[in-house]
Amino acid sequence: MSILVNADTTFIIQGITGREAVTMARECLDYGARLLGGVTPGRKGREVHGLPVMDTVRQFTDTQRVDASVVSVPPAFAADAVFEAIDAGIPLIVVVTERIPRKQVAQFVEYAQQQGTRIIGPNCLGIISPGKTRVGGVGGAANSTERAFKPGRIGVMSRSGGMTVEIANSLSEAGLGVSTAVSIGGDAVIGSTYAELMPLFDADPDTDAIAIYSEPGGRAEYELAEYMQRSGSTKPIVAFMAGKFMDEMPGMRFGHAGTIVEGKADTATEKIANLAAAGITVADKVGDIPSLIKQRLGA
Amino acid sequence: MRFYEYESKQILRDAGMPLPKSHFCTTDAEAEQAAADIRGPVVIKSQVLSGGRMKAGGVKFADTPQEARGLAEEILRLRINDLLPVGVLVEEKQDIAQEYYAAVTWDGRAKKPVIIFSDMGGIDIEEVAESHPEHLSRTHFSALRPFSDYIAKQAVADVGVTGNDLNALTRIVAGLARIFIERDMTLAEINPIGKLADGRIIALDCHMDMEQEAQRAHADLLNALGLSADDKRQARPPTQFELDAEHLDGSDPRGVAGNLTEFDGDLGLIIGAGGGSLTLFDAVRAAGGRPANYCEIGGNPSVNKTRNLTKLILSRPNVKKIAVMMNVVSNTRVDIVARGVVKGCIEAGFDPAEKITIFRIPGSWEEEGFAILEKYGIPYVDRSVSMDEAARLAVQNMDK
Repeated sequence: MSILVNADTTFIIQGITGREAVTMARECLDYGARLLGGVTPGRKGREVHGLPVMDTVRQFTDTQRVDASVVSVPPAFAADAVFEAIDAGIPLIVVVTERIPRKQVAQFVEYAQQQGTRIIGPNCLGIISPGKTRVGGVGGAANSTERAFKPGRIGVMSRSGGMTVEIANSLSEAGLGVSTAVSIGGDAVIGSTYAELMPLFDADPDTDAIAIYSEPGGRAEYELAEYMQRSGSTKPIVAFMAGKFMDEMPGMRFGHAGTIVEGKADTATEKIANLAAAGITVADKVGDIPSLIKQRLGA
Repeated sequence: MRFYEYESKQILRDAGMPLPKSHFCTTDAEAEQAAADIRGPVVIKSQVLSGGRMKAGGVKFADTPQEARGLAEEILRLRINDLLPVGVLVEEKQDIAQEYYAAVTWDGRAKKPVIIFSDMGGIDIEEVAESHPEHLSRTHFSALRPFSDYIAKQAVADVGVTGNDLNALTRIVAGLARIFIERDMTLAEINPIGKLADGRIIALDCHMDMEQEAQRAHADLLNALGLSADDKRQARPPTQFELDAEHLDGSDPRGVAGNLTEFDGDLGLIIGAGGGSLTLFDAVRAAGGRPANYCEIGGNPSVNKTRNLTKLILSRPNVKKIAVMMNVVSNTRVDIVARGVVKGCIEAGFDPAEKITIFRIPGSWEEEGFAILEKYGIPYVDRSVSMDEAARLAVQNMDK
């Protein structure tokens, strides 16, 4: 098993004729993913790597099962593309696009919640379950992806796309491998947080432990710490927090309202203390993650 | 885009919010004239993008226009957290009976905007949250539905306000929430909102911050304030090095060499991508290194861009050597970065083998990249060496 995706997951790419999306489509196909085609308005009838291009998402969902969509369109059109996918009934939407204003993100995330749609991202590289499939650009070319992501029993969640690959690679090098890795996105408002994905990893019999990459800013780590205490989850988590130097740069933030939401500071130091208090192992160095996971698993 | 107080107040004024009479002035003579126009005691406030103005002496009271002139002259010369003000705001002094706090911001956890309201305004709001939680309300609202006034009413009523004050405050808080959501703000804060001795309720100080990604959509508002949709404002003004870096990044669309930030160490860093840079910067410092800069490269920067970045970093006299490090890369090509840094070193008049302490970028096209590094004798490591270990080697090789 894996979370969110499996070998049978069918998906489309919205914005498939864009330069980066064409590359992503090639990489997904080479990896063996079940990519059906994609949508670019006005380009119906064209092909990308032999796959059909349609004008609308419905033109796919009317005739076949579509489990997921990857949104890779410019920021000005991204929210519209997500609404189209939600209304077409696609249950999982991976938003790769960067620089979408957070009001628009909050709008499609709220609508997705109402409709029961899962959003991953924005500003993410997607999801991969090594040896089964991948939905998005995570890992790059198929051969690099195979090298960095060996099948295994460790889940990965990361706010940074690049660090998703780095951590997966270190787990693979250490002989642990990866069950599912999710690049959750680096924006202030995202569709699925660590705490929202943890129940899926908890329920996955093929995941033994989870590695997490995080950064200063936001409240996601507090939410995760609370989930761990509330749920009684027993799967070990090893987290790494980058950007400690930012704590020493006063004046780079302005106004207090952003830090008042929970009444606590959102510095790396505060977050590390909070995660540790919830029984999460915090790695001092990113390279220590595999050995700490082995320790936690008693291996 | 962080707005100055006088700009934020203009945004409030355009939305019909009650405010004191005020004039933005850039000279002491203008301040004297402004105080004369107001005809009464005034407050002179430094217009600077920094908190703690009052403590720093950036807010002063004057009874006469002559006094206002003298104080304005002082405040215009006063640096606060190393920043000079762009001007002063000369404002009618108010007789305040009670102060309130209102802010709207994003709650990434609820994924919704949240109104924060308190009847203990004017003081540190974090302190209120800690010590007097019953005096602070948090009210989330939908970004999807048009804003309804009752949400603002709820926020105000939740701290126990009633009567005419409830209705007057509801209008102000609802107006603030509408500006926040319609104008893509990341923060809209009025602190304090003042209830005056005569019973009127008005906005006394205001901060707003617009999301950079949305600025294009609000060119009308920005232009009306004399700003452009492409303007950026940061906590401190950029250095010449940072401006040069921004120009270098903007002049070539292939890939990114962004967020160049100057530090005063001796080890130049060419690092990426976003999370990788945060990780590597920490790792260099943990290993005892002193970074000369922060940066984020990624998205497969061209040879030209990496070359120019290398030359720019090496042009600073305090930079002894550079380190080139990233996480395992997917889209960025290792060989292209390698060619860029080699070219940059040579064109800057240095031997890349001596100038580059370590090259650690594993991933796409690494065989081709490593072949280039071999040829020039540059120390490099592959993916079997962690980012921390690479940073340690970078620092160790500084003395070679």
